[in-house]
Amino acid sequence: MKDSRSSNGTGGHSRRAFLKGTSAAAAATAFATGAGAVVAAEADSKVVGPGATPVTLNINGKDYELKVEPRMTLLEVLRWQLDLTGAKPVSVDASSGAATVIIDGKPAAANTTLAVACAGKKIQTVESLGGAKPDPVATAFVHHDGMQCGFCTPGFVVSVRAFLDKNPKATEQEIRAGLNSNLCRCGTYANVIQAALEVVKGGARG
Amino acid sequence: MAKAKYNWPARGTASIIGKQQDRVDGLAKATGAAKYSYDINPANVLLARALGCPLAHCNIKGMDFTAAEKVPGVVKVAAMKKKGDEIRWQGDPLVVVVGTCEGAVAEGLKAIKLDLEPLPVFVTDEDLDAAEKAGRSGGGGGNTQLENEAPEGEDEAKFADKEIERLLKESAAVVDGYYGIDVITHMCLEPHGSTCEWNGKQLTAHLSTQNVSGTASQYAGPLEITADEVTIHCDYIGGGFGSKFQVDTWGVVAAQLAKDIGRPVKLMLDRDVELKTAGCRPSGYIKVRVGADKDGVVKVWDSHHWGTNGSTPGGIDQGVIPYVFNPANRRRKRTTIVTNASPTRAWRAPNHPQACAMSQTAYDDIAAKLGLDSYDVFLRNLPSVSNKKAELYAEEMKVAAKLMDWKAKWHAHGKGPAKGSVVSGLGMAIHTWGGGGQAGGCLVRIHPDGGVEVSMGSQDLGTGTRTVINMIAAETFGLPVEAVTVNIGSSKYPRASASGGSVTVAGVSEATRRGTQDSLRKLCELVGKKLDVDPATLVAQKGRIFVEGKADKGVSWKEACSLLGMTPQEVKGEFQRADENHLSSSQVGGVQMAEVEVDKDTGIIRMKKFVAVQDMGLIINPRGATSQIYGAVIMGIAAALFEQRIMDPTSGAFLNAEIADYKLPRLGDIGEIVVELYEPDSEYERGVVGLGEPPAISPCAAISNAVCNALGVRVPVLPMIPSRVLDALKKARTA
Repeated sequence: MKDSRSSNGTGGHSRRAFLKGTSAAAAATAFATGAGAVVAAEADSKVVGPGATPVTLNINGKDYELKVEPRMTLLEVLRWQLDLTGAKPVSVDASSGAATVIIDGKPAAANTTLAVACAGKKIQTVESLGGAKPDPVATAFVHHDGMQCGFCTPGFVVSVRAFLDKNPKATEQEIRAGLNSNLCRCGTYANVIQAALEVVKGGARG
Repeated sequence: MAKAKYNWPARGTASIIGKQQDRVDGLAKATGAAKYSYDINPANVLLARALGCPLAHCNIKGMDFTAAEKVPGVVKVAAMKKKGDEIRWQGDPLVVVVGTCEGAVAEGLKAIKLDLEPLPVFVTDEDLDAAEKAGRSGGGGGNTQLENEAPEGEDEAKFADKEIERLLKESAAVVDGYYGIDVITHMCLEPHGSTCEWNGKQLTAHLSTQNVSGTASQYAGPLEITADEVTIHCDYIGGGFGSKFQVDTWGVVAAQLAKDIGRPVKLMLDRDVELKTAGCRPSGYIKVRVGADKDGVVKVWDSHHWGTNGSTPGGIDQGVIPYVFNPANRRRKRTTIVTNASPTRAWRAPNHPQACAMSQTAYDDIAAKLGLDSYDVFLRNLPSVSNKKAELYAEEMKVAAKLMDWKAKWHAHGKGPAKGSVVSGLGMAIHTWGGGGQAGGCLVRIHPDGGVEVSMGSQDLGTGTRTVINMIAAETFGLPVEAVTVNIGSSKYPRASASGGSVTVAGVSEATRRGTQDSLRKLCELVGKKLDVDPATLVAQKGRIFVEGKADKGVSWKEACSLLGMTPQEVKGEFQRADENHLSSSQVGGVQMAEVEVDKDTGIIRMKKFVAVQDMGLIINPRGATSQIYGAVIMGIAAALFEQRIMDPTSGAFLNAEIADYKLPRLGDIGEIVVELYEPDSEYERGVVGLGEPPAISPCAAISNAVCNALGVRVPVLPMIPSRVLDALKKARTA
């Protein structure tokens, strides 16, 4: 049996993104433990903080002028400052997929991504897949009942959206191999597979 | 025959009930619009987190919050335990830190200084001898039933010894087996907790609960207010599975802190404390001797089982061993073991999945020993089932075998063809559960403009409660589903039962049907008067109320409602279990079959196909019912192959209390799952029976049996992780 979390090239999360996420988590820990130095996130060498610092985040096509502490994750900012609570806090790392958002077209775990590192990037949350004209992935999840308690569902919907953007003609086998970054406890996987297949077939009721 | 006052549509006549219905709150869940307790953000809300005890067993000598209180952003540090308290498991919450953001609270938690005196630890619940030596085992009862009575004057226990030895000796096959299943945790993806806010003396607790109508008083007592001053609010709950009936100590603390600070407080457990404290299922291990005749019919069962409920005595109820089957001669003994682990909580079909995994495996080993087809052995033992559903099981076995293509795929245990190092196998199990609806009520309000509302203090664990209520109300009133508003999730609505024991759908269905039928009768009195017809001749269909058989003699729904004048019509729907004329029933069966592939070199098991045949009385929403069964099966796959609580035997530390370390199946791990809703007329006529738990019972035994059929070797303890598979193969080779 394959390691269900390993990337096989068609997966939603690449290994590189996972490693980036890990380093962001480590940085967040460094702040939380009161380390004096401020570590700039990822490759950006600009030093900010340690207090709240102004940042502009482009979320779902809209610019938000925010003040965030450099240690704050994107998830914390989305949920606490913007009340965008679709992405969920489930795991300390990226292992549940419940906080999946799309950053510059690629899936990312909002809980292991620092908010300040997202300046200048386009962030898409699950809320952008709703509204008056919901995304076909969301409607396919409804039609195939790809949810029970629903707590993992927004993250799953975003992952499926990102996966199908990259693999629009995915087969059932590819779907089973490539959507293993999201954890569901209620056991909705069987229906999620059907929902993803329906979107591939273009049969989703938009 | 006169129609009963309350009834379901005759089979085949319903327009909504029994049809595939999308979940009415599905889009809200799929697009992040659904607000869970974790998502409720009142103005000025503060974040609180609990610090779990780092030791598994200790006395508290002291706790110093000085440094924590100085952390910028920390608003308050509050003790949940006091000096001198004995802590009995790792992760028991000791202190709560309230602050303005995650970082501040995390720093505050790290700055707390604890002075703890370690005490002896015991966590190895599988090791009965060690438990006895450590003084952690206790009597758990037992009983014996025998066909023959002890002769007058003979000691009953001694007679039982002799009888059981005689019966075993006379058996064509005897299995002397050992089976077990480890503790697993609930792992609700939304952890336990609440967001609490006060308005004067009124508390609103946005509580993640499966008990909306039953938790207000749990706040009221400790906070010295009365239950009327508490509102429990829970529109959506991110998983419960039996672990969220209580407010819990941290719930009361959140409310108290919100009051003391004068700001709303959100206290959700973090993953570590959640897994260590807020819900796990008892383990079970069994030594058993089973004797059967040459056809595999079990004649005698003699078992001793043990397990742990954590820090309080308990374990698997002996009343369900052996599971479903009840041979004429059986002796069972139970030992309870106390460990340094959190107390267990109800878990989807308490006792049953473990009992099934500990006993229907032994039945399967009888088949292996005699070289018989497991299907035939299960079939031949059906006359002894304790719930009198032998015929139902036989029918369901036929259906399942066809879907699995059992006969074509069957081979004797360990005798199948191998593809390299990979062998495949089949296994099955059967289960039973109650699932009867509990007493409850609803309020049915019809507005003069035609609007319809049904309100009930129930909750939706993921079952689709809103959808079920909505479908039934729409059916009764002859309206589309969209025309009805369903309000659940507030303790201010009429009382409904907690969602436990698979009682929700039966309970809300019965209350809703009664309430809406009464409501329609009342409305029909007005319509009857207007049309000058007997109200009893009126029916509501397709948005109209008209004389049955005369579609033109009637009024539109809106016109009918306008007869109410200015005031909405309110009718209370209510029922008690003792009421006559039930629209619901209890007791279900169910048969499941698993097909697996096992790699003998790596010990890795892959699910190939799984078939679940399930009866549940009358089915309201087949789509929702199918989802429940998929979910139950996938949870069963988790417990059979992946998940276990791993404890360090020396320190008692719970080693894998994070999602990355607590292994669960992912989307690629489930294989093909085939669900068959078994609903012959005899089931439809029984009314509604709950479904949440029963299909979660059989998977562990069915998968274990399939693995044994593939390998010809039993992997005795679940989950069957690769190392255990390899150990079992090695043991068999050296035996």
